Formats: sequence, C-alpha cells, structure tokens
Amino acid sequence: MDSASSSLSKGMIDDGNEPHVLAVDDNLIDRKLVEKLLKNSACKVTTAENGLRALELLGLGDDQKNNLKTSGSKVNLIITDYCMPGMTGYDLLKKVKESNVMKEVPVVIMSSENIPTRINKCLEEGAQMFMLKPLKQADVKKLRCQLMA
Amino acid sequence: MDVVSQLQRQFVDFTTSLYHEGFLDDQFTQLQKLQDESNPEFVAEVVSFFFEDSENLLNNLANALQQQIVDYNQVDAHVHQFKGSSSSIGAQRVKNVCVAFRNFCEVKNRDGCIRCLQQLKHEYSLVKSKLETLFRLEQQILAAGGTIPSMA
Repeated sequence: MDSASSSLSKGMIDDGNEPHVLAVDDNLIDRKLVEKLLKNSACKVTTAENGLRALELLGLGDDQKNNLKTSGSKVNLIITDYCMPGMTGYDLLKKVKESNVMKEVPVVIMSSENIPTRINKCLEEGAQMFMLKPLKQADVKKLRCQLMA
Repeated sequence: MDVVSQLQRQFVDFTTSLYHEGFLDDQFTQLQKLQDESNPEFVAEVVSFFFEDSENLLNNLANALQQQIVDYNQVDAHVHQFKGSSSSIGAQRVKNVCVAFRNFCEVKNRDGCIRCLQQLKHEYSLVKSKLETLFRLEQQILAAGGTIPSMA
C-alpha cells in the first residue's frame, strides 16, 4: 500500500530535502494531529500555538531570538488554523504576505467551518489553499505533492 | 477459542458497537491509521490530551454559565474549542452536542445552554469510559501475546 513510499521517505530524514512546515493552531489536539500528518508525509515540522509565536519563528516578530532562519531552518510552508484568539489565521496570512522576506512562502488556511466568504477572503489575500478540518492523511499527501514538488 | 481470540473478538465487537452507536466516527479510524512503530502510543496520547482539555473546558463552561451576566461570546469560544477537539478525535456524539450548544449561545438562550452543558458532561463521560474500555481491551490482547485487530 503506502508502506513502500513511507519507508523511503523515512530514510530521507536527515538529508535536508524534507520541506519544513510551520503549523499554527491554538488547539493542542489539532496541533498534535497536523504534526503527525505532516511527519507521515516526510516533512520537518515546527508548531506554534498562536500567530504572534508564529511571526517570531518566521523572524517577523519584535523578538528576533527565536527566528528559525538563524538556526538554519528555513520554512517552506505555513499551515494555520483560521479561528484563533488574538491574531486570526487571516491576520497571520496578511502579515506574511506583507513581508518582503516571507511573502513567497505558501500559506494554507485550515478551518472546521466551511464558509465561502471566509474561504474567498483568504484566497484573495494570497492563501495558497483552504483546507477543511479535521484533516486526513490523504489531504496532507495531496498538499505535499501540489505545493512542494 | 483461546484467550487471545476471545479478547480479539470482544475488541472487534466492542469497537463496532462504538461506531454503530455513534460514539465514534471515521475520524477516530483516521487517528488509528496515523499510529505506527515510530509512534506506537499516538492514539492514547492524543486521547489523553482530549480528556484533560475537555475537563478544563467543562469547568470553564460551568463557571461562565454561573455568572450573573453571562458572557455568551466567552461561552461560545469554549464550545468552539470543544467542538474542534471532539471533532478531531472522532467523538461524534460530543461534537453534535457542541453544535446544538453553539446555536443556543447565538440566541443567548441561558436555559438551552445549561441543558446543553448537562448533555455535554453526560456524553463526554460516556465516551471517556468507552475509550478507556477500548484501551484496556487493547492492553489485555497485547499482554496475552496477541495483536490488535485492524478495524480499517
């Protein structure tokens, strides 16, 4: 079944070819889930529990201490929940797209609610894709193929 | 029938009934599929986070609804969280109560909300005990030297 491809990708772990994904979600269970789904698709994953933390990790925050770039881990994809207290996924998307350094990084928005106006708003702001939660392995595999060939 | 086969049969019957009675939905199967040798405790880990999270949410909800003036935005925020978590682990009946609960929040119906909270506590404690039984059965099978039947 998929065991051949997954054991192949497990063998690729430390050779630097794995895309690095930043996953942002305020819900712990969803964070664990998306992390596992991404790791199963041969991605390196960093998680953040809110938009501010995500911006810090991307080097767009006020505090440059935690910038992933300085530790040598450039982010290839950002996947974020829409509904988060404080900074929403949409706000985060805008900040990323406004930054000269990060605007090329694809941003995927996830939500448990299928609201067309919300989806369109995100796509118009430059989101690469909108995904409905809960995510399945098949969704993530498709994402991996489409965005990071 | 030897002990392992008996336990495996019990496990299959019990799991089937959980899906049949709507306690769990396909999302739980998806969770089980994610578990592998590199992370053999994945489902148990996620479920234990769910238990902890749920208990906090239920307390927060009880507090919020006991206030003189109820902040329905706050109540809705908690229910939204609960809906998300329960949906992510496949706890279908819990999720369905959350959906109804949010409707009552929207119209600021205090009695409706209080009723939903009771229902939520009830459904949560049911699914918690079912999942604990499921994990116990798994442990018994493994202890008897058997493998856990795949339900996929």
